[in-house]
Amino acid sequence: MQSSIGVRLLQIIPTIVLLSLIVFALQHLLPGDPAVMLAGDSAGDPHVVAQIRDHLLLNRPLWQQYLHWLAGVLHGNLGYSWELSASVATLILQKLPVTLQLSVMAFFFALAIGIPLGVVSAVKPGTPLDWLANSIGLFGLSVPTFWLGIVLILLVSVDLGWLPPSGYVPLLQDPLQSLRTTIMPSFVLGNAIAAIIMRHTRSAMLTALQQDYVRTARAKGLRESAVVLRHALRNALIPVVTLAGLQLGTLLSGAVLTEQVFDIPGIGKLVVDAVFNRDYPVIEGVVLVTGLLYVLINLVTDILYVVINPKLRGG
Amino acid sequence: MSALGADAGPARFALKRLSGNGAGIVGLVLVVGFVVLAIAAPLIAPYAPNATNWTAIRQAPSTAHWFGTDEIGRDELSRVIWGARASLAAGVISVLIAGMIGVPAGLLAGFARGWTDAVLSRIVDAMLAIPFLILAIALAAFLGPNLRDAMIAIGVSTAPVFMRVARAATLDIMTRDFIEAARAVGNPPWRIALRHVAPNIGAPVLVQASLSIATAIIAEASLSFLGLGEQPPTPSWGAMLNVAQQFLTQAPWLAVFPGIMIILVVLGFNLTGDALHGVLDARRGK
Repeated sequence: MQSSIGVRLLQIIPTIVLLSLIVFALQHLLPGDPAVMLAGDSAGDPHVVAQIRDHLLLNRPLWQQYLHWLAGVLHGNLGYSWELSASVATLILQKLPVTLQLSVMAFFFALAIGIPLGVVSAVKPGTPLDWLANSIGLFGLSVPTFWLGIVLILLVSVDLGWLPPSGYVPLLQDPLQSLRTTIMPSFVLGNAIAAIIMRHTRSAMLTALQQDYVRTARAKGLRESAVVLRHALRNALIPVVTLAGLQLGTLLSGAVLTEQVFDIPGIGKLVVDAVFNRDYPVIEGVVLVTGLLYVLINLVTDILYVVINPKLRGG
Repeated sequence: MSALGADAGPARFALKRLSGNGAGIVGLVLVVGFVVLAIAAPLIAPYAPNATNWTAIRQAPSTAHWFGTDEIGRDELSRVIWGARASLAAGVISVLIAGMIGVPAGLLAGFARGWTDAVLSRIVDAMLAIPFLILAIALAAFLGPNLRDAMIAIGVSTAPVFMRVARAATLDIMTRDFIEAARAVGNPPWRIALRHVAPNIGAPVLVQASLSIATAIIAEASLSFLGLGEQPPTPSWGAMLNVAQQFLTQAPWLAVFPGIMIILVVLGFNLTGDALHGVLDARRGK
């Protein structure tokens, strides 16, 4: 088990190095002088442009520029937002908890919707219940996150007046109000991966229900609900929860749109605002940090999979 | 020579199986319907998509304007019909871009193995680490906000998926006897790769293409919704929803129809992709 975790740890090093190269390459996609473009709305200020040129060593060879940039990143320096007059790292640290709160709530929504639907679908294959569960799953895969958000605002906020249509209250400031502002966006965000979790659960349950231990449990005379929930589901959930963990990328992508629709000041809103302000250092910083987050969550999920899976634990 | 049995006629087999799959037929009908809608937009749309009517601003659906009118009096139905063009073009072209990058890279990785495979696979891992839409937004931001660059951004962001599919299919094909036979008769590696492996990885790539078009259509709508795709006044469902959000209380119908169109076209490609996947599995199991 330790060796497989060690191999996995070593494997992420080249991935992280390449991720940094991709982010570094982004700034060279800009047409014209990168210093002028990176200065965004401050491009007219020769002092700012000169400062960026000096800071990024733009007169030196590319590999020197990369190493210089990487050294800065390793010291927590992700650049400076001329638009927001703040370091990119500080901005991301401010916004990340908001997106994480949204993502964690969305993840639980997705599990709460996806797992029961997948179980029902697998236990009653070929029935109207299976058809209904599959249809809900397919709808979830086909509906754009931002449209679902708009429709829910229309129904739940504008028509019924049950929840605020937009805005955000930090969890520590007022937990109840925070839940009221995030419950609808996290449902919308969770919907995107609920369908994927539903499909994985269905497939894992169909396999689990064919196994010998399920047949043994039935032969012992256990109630069907106990067979399904205690025996089949417990085993089917290991790969499902692991695969669900890998959906973080989908959640972060969805967060960009959800935060925009519900006006939530998270990392998604930060990057979209940065795009319109041509605040390129912020865009690069968000790409790098979300990529690193994804790699780390993947790593933790892989390690957890080895730890919780009895078959791999012994190996 | 086909790993899947060319003698049985793969296309014929697929069509026969698809015809017995209700969901697959619904998917195909939706896809064909939207293609017809996009091509015949000038004939079907009751008004010109950009024709404004200042006496008919934000009018609710009526017999004159079935889907109502927008904030400058343009006919919503005509714009929804014309909007199919941007969505389908983005879906198909970005997936073609993704395939043109990803499939040769996957073929190369699976065929060459060793260092080539290791390097290409790590590049793909790194690209897949960046959330799809965030990578597409970043690329669109750096390239420029327009439909062409949005398609490039979506295509580049989707390419790693095609590389993985092509690599896995190549590794599978490489274990087959006919590859061994091709080697034994002295074919050079490039000939084996291009003449014997490449034609046989088409089926899984096609399934992936159908599912990826669905994803790409949502991605284009998302980028246009954010203002990074098709620019006004050209109609695009995502951009129309962006405007609709500003008039939710005054003109809620503006938010309904473009969204339903996105769902239907995406559903069409997802159902077709799922059905093709089923056909492929059945064929493999033969």
